[in-house]
Amino acid sequence: MRNPLSEKIVTIPPSGIRKFFDIVSEMKDAISLGVGEPDFDTPWHIREEGIYSLEKGRTFYTANAGLRDLRVEIHNYLERKYGVSYHQDKEIIVTVGGSEAIDIAMRAMLDPGDEVLVPQPSFVSYVPCAVLAGGVAVPIELEEKDEFRLTPEKLLEKITPKTKLLVMPFPNNPTGAVMRREHLLEIARIVEEHDLFVLSDEIYSELTYGEEAHVSIASLPGMKERTVLINGFSKAFAMTGWRLGYACAPEVILKQMLKIHQFAIMCAPTTSQYAAIDAMKNSDDDVDHMRESYDQRRRYLLHAFEEMRLECFEPMGAFYTFPSIKRFGMTSDEFANRLLQEEKVAVVPGTAFGDSGEGYLRVSYAYSLKSLKEALGRIERFVNRLDGK
Amino acid sequence: MREKILAVIEKNSRIDIRDLAILLGESEVAVANEIAEMEREHIICGYHTLINWENTSEEKVIALIEVKVTPQRGMGFDKIAERIYQYSEVNAVYLMSGAYDFTVILEGKSMRQVAQFVSDKLSPLESVLSTATHFVLKKYKDHGTVLCDEFQDERMLITP
Repeated sequence: MRNPLSEKIVTIPPSGIRKFFDIVSEMKDAISLGVGEPDFDTPWHIREEGIYSLEKGRTFYTANAGLRDLRVEIHNYLERKYGVSYHQDKEIIVTVGGSEAIDIAMRAMLDPGDEVLVPQPSFVSYVPCAVLAGGVAVPIELEEKDEFRLTPEKLLEKITPKTKLLVMPFPNNPTGAVMRREHLLEIARIVEEHDLFVLSDEIYSELTYGEEAHVSIASLPGMKERTVLINGFSKAFAMTGWRLGYACAPEVILKQMLKIHQFAIMCAPTTSQYAAIDAMKNSDDDVDHMRESYDQRRRYLLHAFEEMRLECFEPMGAFYTFPSIKRFGMTSDEFANRLLQEEKVAVVPGTAFGDSGEGYLRVSYAYSLKSLKEALGRIERFVNRLDGK
Repeated sequence: MREKILAVIEKNSRIDIRDLAILLGESEVAVANEIAEMEREHIICGYHTLINWENTSEEKVIALIEVKVTPQRGMGFDKIAERIYQYSEVNAVYLMSGAYDFTVILEGKSMRQVAQFVSDKLSPLESVLSTATHFVLKKYKDHGTVLCDEFQDERMLITP
């Protein structure tokens, strides 16, 4: 029999997270700080809208691009929050989570051999999606000394004549890094100079802490026509399981994305779309409340790390901390495995998010204070043991 | 800082000051002072425990009583309310807008005891015109807390 498989897919390694998940799953009574989703339930008024749409029998397909009412709300929302304006009929598509948006954006933009710059550590999908789309993923290794921001120097270093697309994963999973306006302006200048495009994954935009709000790179002068802006409902509205995201892009790109979406997906889940209309319109208070709650726990974790002398730069976005374990002379994998075996606490090795995650762990704070306390107590015990205390 | 302190301790009054200070990014002293100040100003009026009595062997009856009154000369609603809230079995008294004047929440050991309170103490008050007593059959949610089901984290242990 012939080999049934495509060589391209076989050469892509499975997600590093998956590997660790399998180990953790076999362990009973492990406590986890390893999730990448909110600990809140979707606010009830949003769930209620979903239920109501089912009661009304709204179980049909929607337009490929998504319900028009939802696209109008997305338009309003982005204008209100980030000062970017996308046309509801030409520049917005509702997708099955931000993940689908990443996939179809890459497929719409890449030709074989086109290089995609992927700052790492970052979400696990960019590299495989680039490869599946025929592109060549070129990692840019971000560093803690830069607070895991993309610097102009690091970007320029990796640009070649084949570079077409730059992924901008900020606020960042797993590091919690954010890019402020002044940092984005430097990047935007280089993007224009080298005639690149940007895939800006802003799924954590609402979870930005401190005085300064999130800035979308698409809102900078000259950038809207070069940017595919990706966002979604999972993180801000605690709607991960609804599988709903969206992409906004210039019509010329969006049209092609829509074509792929049309053939591969048809449309995002209708129930989720009805619920999402309410999420966009009526959830400012819920989002504020959740952000404040994450922010408090962010401070709590950082404080605990400081006390146990676990070095950690201050993340200003998402709901992750990214402490360094370099001083223990272990790899991230070893550290995470031993922590799991000895103290039954699951965290994700930084290497799951790219080679430059070596020496770090992703520790999520999307947990109750009580769970955090218990887990931190165990981590402290483990660290003290390593320190010979 | 006040609003943030209140938002946390309204849900968890037993949190220690140290943890609270870390959560809010403030010093322990500042948080302790602010709380003491709010106690003095009667913004914080007490620290109670939310008990689901149904899960104990203790018998408790809770009644919500609608009370209509006629305020008398020299004796406004506040004075009448005082005559009612001084009774230790009265848990809460609210002045209401709408069809009646006071909501009185009463806790007793039995329905008979509650009935007795209404007929012997509340109704005979000069200003009280009428009362309507409603007994609580089951508490689903109280003080923003759902009493009847237990929270379980059903998320997968590791997700990207």
